[in-house]
Amino acid sequence: MKVTAEELKTFLKNVVTMIEEQKDYLCELDRKLGDGDHGVTMSIGWQAVNEKLDGDLKEEVDCGKISILTGRTFLSAVGSSVGPLYATGFMRGAKAFQGKSELKDEDLKDFWVAFIEGIKERGKAEVGDKTMIDTLQPALESLQADFEKSNNFLSAFESAVQAAEKGMESTKDMLSKRGRSSRLGERSLGTTDPGAASAFMILNTFLATIKSVQVA
Amino acid sequence: MKKLINNPTKVVEEMIEGYVKAYPKHVRQLAENERALVTAKATREGKVGVLIGGGSGHEPAFIGYVGDGMADGVAVGNIFASPPPDPILEATKAIDKGEGVIYVYGNYAGDVMNFGMAAELADLESGIRVGSVLVTDDVASAPKAEKEKRRGIAGEFFVTKVAGAAADKGYNLDDVVRVAQKANDYTRTMGVGLTPCSLPQTGKPSFELAENEMEIGLGHHGEPGIEKGELQPADQVVDRLVNDILTDMPIDLGEKVAVLVNGLGSTTNMELYIMFRRVEQILSEKGIEIHRSYVGSYSTSLEMGGASVTITRLDEELAAFVDHPADCPMYVQK
Repeated sequence: MKVTAEELKTFLKNVVTMIEEQKDYLCELDRKLGDGDHGVTMSIGWQAVNEKLDGDLKEEVDCGKISILTGRTFLSAVGSSVGPLYATGFMRGAKAFQGKSELKDEDLKDFWVAFIEGIKERGKAEVGDKTMIDTLQPALESLQADFEKSNNFLSAFESAVQAAEKGMESTKDMLSKRGRSSRLGERSLGTTDPGAASAFMILNTFLATIKSVQVA
Repeated sequence: MKKLINNPTKVVEEMIEGYVKAYPKHVRQLAENERALVTAKATREGKVGVLIGGGSGHEPAFIGYVGDGMADGVAVGNIFASPPPDPILEATKAIDKGEGVIYVYGNYAGDVMNFGMAAELADLESGIRVGSVLVTDDVASAPKAEKEKRRGIAGEFFVTKVAGAAADKGYNLDDVVRVAQKANDYTRTMGVGLTPCSLPQTGKPSFELAENEMEIGLGHHGEPGIEKGELQPADQVVDRLVNDILTDMPIDLGEKVAVLVNGLGSTTNMELYIMFRRVEQILSEKGIEIHRSYVGSYSTSLEMGGASVTITRLDEELAAFVDHPADCPMYVQK
């Protein structure tokens, strides 16, 4: 498959829209586990990215530059803990896109592998800690295993998103071990981690975007 | 909840604008980054720079503590969220006078990542040496065996005070870090929450407590504490808070301490003095000398109701730093 710079920007725009729709839901999850602002934080960051997409990135065709600026813009707008995490993801992933205006299966796989590895390295959370890593790690493993067999990004990413969803759902039965919610102990049971939820939504939005451009 | 604001997405910007206009002799906003404020008087040549920062919503922390004898710069985040690396980095460059900069901030995942990234960039891009002290005074946030996981709350005031005074007295970076770390190691805080706060952008309460309930150990952003129960009279609440502190950090007869009874936002000074009265009774019964006391809202959580008690053990070195004068917009000590 091929993904153009324009389609990469469509994905980012779709995330902007999706976050606005899910903002209240993400805040509601966070109210049970933290200070209730995860949806707001994600919205601040993605709205800033949206401004860049309409401004500095409007004519940009280098997918690497698009990814780097997305990460930096998100970070500068939010700080917080999601800022450094997603910024590291986009900036590490950008290496797979450097100088390319059209992305092939291998590039897309390399991007998401580097993206997730970068977040893991920055946040140092483990599977089972009730964080976005519970979504991202199973996605990473599934993507790598499937792609090795099939060399087909779309089908590999489709199973990665399924693995991510299961991972996200598994956070409901977990005790928080990282971040501010770790002091909740038993009271953290029963609620999906908001960071795990938004990470799934982003992966799912990427899948929906590439599927729709495939059909078109 | 009712708030006197204009636009929920502009509260931090408008607060900073008002703050720098109110205290032009004390602070100025950097042209390079609007979320970086530094002291209006240039940081003295040869002095170690002291940089603080964190999320907004804790005023007077952290912007209120930029001034003589305290911090040289502050990086301002969104509400309850760490600032990104850019304002931290710009403030670092502005206050470095060749002797390096110490970062003093609360031990939260976001702050650790953002201040950590800024410290790396300061070294890489400008060759500035950065030392860091992470404040971990909140006894309720993790058991003693996992003390390094504890969060920073009101005790950050004392750690900033000690770092600011040591830098002002001409200590080098290693020594400023050493004494600030000691101040953190000697500081414990326990809080109690009565009513929630609400974020301007959601308008919803950050947690729920019944009218007759209190929560011991509640975090500075509404994170749940260690025990919910029926609201007790002030003396019993203080007994509990001080007992938890002294169990965690035993203090010997004859030792000196500094005490801070801190309001979380909507708790009145009247209540805080009633609480301090009991703290003083307990400590004097135990033969512990209160060297200096602070009562007021030094670090808040928007309009949250509740208070915290902070106790810092003082040896001769720390006592001198606590006594050092300071002149900040929101805190003056002669």
